[in-house]
Amino acid sequence: MVSRKLDGFTPASQLTLMRYLQGLHEAEPPSSPNSQARYHTGRLPNGRHAGSKPRLMLMGQKRSGKSSISSVVFHKMPPSETLYLETTTAIQSRSLHSFMDFQVAELPGHLDYFNPEFDQASIFGDIGALIWVIDAQDEYLDAINQLNNTIIYLSTTYPAINIEIFVHKVDGLSEDYKNDTFRDIIQRVQDELSDAGYENPPVSFYQTSIYNHTIFEAISKVIQKLIPQLPALESLLNSLCSSCRIEKAFLFDIPSKIYVATDTSPTDTSSYEVCSDYIDVIVDLEEIYGWDRSVENGYSMEERDETGNGDSESLVTMEKKGHNYLYLKEINRYLALICLMGEDSPAEKKVLIDYNVGVFQEAIEKIFPRNDR
Amino acid sequence: MERSKRQKQRKVLLMGRSGAGKSSMRSIIFSNYVAKDVRRLGATVDVEHSNIRFMGNLMLNLWDCGGQDSFVESYLSNQRSHVFTSVAVMIFVFDISSREAAADLLSFASTIRALYEFSPGSKIFVLIHKMDLVPADQKARVFQQKAIDVRTTCEDEGFQSQQVDFWATSIWDQSLYKAWTQVIYFLVPNASAIEDMLRRLADLLDARELILYERTTCLVVTHITRDAEQRNPYNDRFERISSILKTHKHSMAKHTGTMASEVSFAELQIKTGDFMFFITRLTENTNLAVVMPSDEASFNAARVNVQLARREFSHLDIVEKRGKDVQRQGKDGPALEEVRMADDGEASSSGRASDR
Repeated sequence: MVSRKLDGFTPASQLTLMRYLQGLHEAEPPSSPNSQARYHTGRLPNGRHAGSKPRLMLMGQKRSGKSSISSVVFHKMPPSETLYLETTTAIQSRSLHSFMDFQVAELPGHLDYFNPEFDQASIFGDIGALIWVIDAQDEYLDAINQLNNTIIYLSTTYPAINIEIFVHKVDGLSEDYKNDTFRDIIQRVQDELSDAGYENPPVSFYQTSIYNHTIFEAISKVIQKLIPQLPALESLLNSLCSSCRIEKAFLFDIPSKIYVATDTSPTDTSSYEVCSDYIDVIVDLEEIYGWDRSVENGYSMEERDETGNGDSESLVTMEKKGHNYLYLKEINRYLALICLMGEDSPAEKKVLIDYNVGVFQEAIEKIFPRNDR
Repeated sequence: MERSKRQKQRKVLLMGRSGAGKSSMRSIIFSNYVAKDVRRLGATVDVEHSNIRFMGNLMLNLWDCGGQDSFVESYLSNQRSHVFTSVAVMIFVFDISSREAAADLLSFASTIRALYEFSPGSKIFVLIHKMDLVPADQKARVFQQKAIDVRTTCEDEGFQSQQVDFWATSIWDQSLYKAWTQVIYFLVPNASAIEDMLRRLADLLDARELILYERTTCLVVTHITRDAEQRNPYNDRFERISSILKTHKHSMAKHTGTMASEVSFAELQIKTGDFMFFITRLTENTNLAVVMPSDEASFNAARVNVQLARREFSHLDIVEKRGKDVQRQGKDGPALEEVRMADDGEASSSGRASDR
């Protein structure tokens, strides 16, 4: 019976679904049907892997941009190549092996999920956040209706799922039109939901585009809500910033350039952008000069033993006083700490920074033990 | 009058049919545009002059000549001697995607005929541009074919083959930097003196590689590669680094809200388990990139040594031969200084012939 149901899906999804279906009977049932969902950490009462690895679902109408988002953010595709992506026909589930092991599932836009043929438990049962993509350049009223129906449905069955709404493709719109559309969408969704009696839904709105950094920022915020260790990370970053007088610190995931945590001072887009661009510089230079030297006899083996520590570190100081400087330290293979420093000279503070970052690194090891990576 | 004598003037003509990509290239290299900004550029009207200061003592007079037929007519007729006299370098841009290849070649032929008339000793750089529009598997063949056609035309007009160089370029990758680096290298008057000093410095630091960049354009002036690093598989790494640095400048400019031309970093260092790298200011107009093995002690020693070496290199920027005299005088005798430098203007051009 199980195998017949799975016929319509790709092998990768089949395995995932099998796992979900097999595990479901072991899951704890929700304590009461109307339990107040805990939105902050996204811990699902029904999930087998509750709280450990974020699982995202991308939904939206067809051609709204779901596959493009998934490719650009998680598979490093240049935005211009997304024009050549074909329509998704089946449920795609992709894993990203980074320090957090994301799983991103993408539902094709033209299917109706409330049809009893679909096994809702297997689709919605294990996800932490649902990202609904609305094409801001297109007619969105229909999308909003579908969205509202989905939210209302989920509020009864899976109340703990965070709903994140991406008002997408805003790069092509003028500033005014962009803001008007954004406000309009927010208004409509909130009105409909409160009409339906759903007060305080776990809904957030973001303006995004794959052609600039906004999509990465939005996904960063979505993921942060799913990391149970976020408060610990934030307080670590806060204490790091106050002890070293750092203006802004980010903990970045290098392959995807999503930031996992930041300190609690206000974040603005340009800090994120400059840090994200800086990672590109470092990664490119590392690629150029980090070529495999092991072909040389004897030379590289000795060198490697001497230095041992494989994590890189980098510093940029600006010429004029009053401009920030950037500091980057790789914490492990996937994570990097990037700090925007204040105006003091680095030479004096380097020892202080080295010590504190070392402490920070040990703390991260404890928060994310090795077997979890 | 004296001021212009002190600086070496080099007249560079940038020509090609309308829409070939001359102004786009110029804005990316010299005006801190990013590749996608060039869409904003309109057709150049008549000639756009830029005076670009390079390496301190080199003043490039870049003539970006509008390529529309009416302007070209004008250059070849009533402005003929004005445009084509005293040209050091002619950069001619061919658009590889152009459908009028024969007409392009004819236009080229008449242009270099005028060039030969007034500046027969000039160097010609032919840039086969917009190569990104050619499918990857055909690139080499298309380029070779075009190069042969153009070379034949040059020889017909009287230019020796060593006077003409060919480069395939595109604004979307680092080939643009590679080609312009060659142009600059040709124009920098004391390149070999710089190289000698860099080689000595590299030996002193025990560095794997030294690369000298011009500050504002991030173009490579020259580089020294030692022993093991010769095997680095990335042969185009110098241009790649140019393009990486340029992008970084833009990113910092955006963040601090300043112009990209005003942004300059004092130092950028990267330390990894495989190598250590830093870029710092060497002279007023150049940055030096140093690649060291992954050893903390020699890395810090290298940084200190480069600081100390700055004094030695500073004189390469303004004058060559009488460097020590100028330094000794310092800022106290400006009038005397200028006179000396004016002399140097002539002395060093003869010095250059003996250097090379």
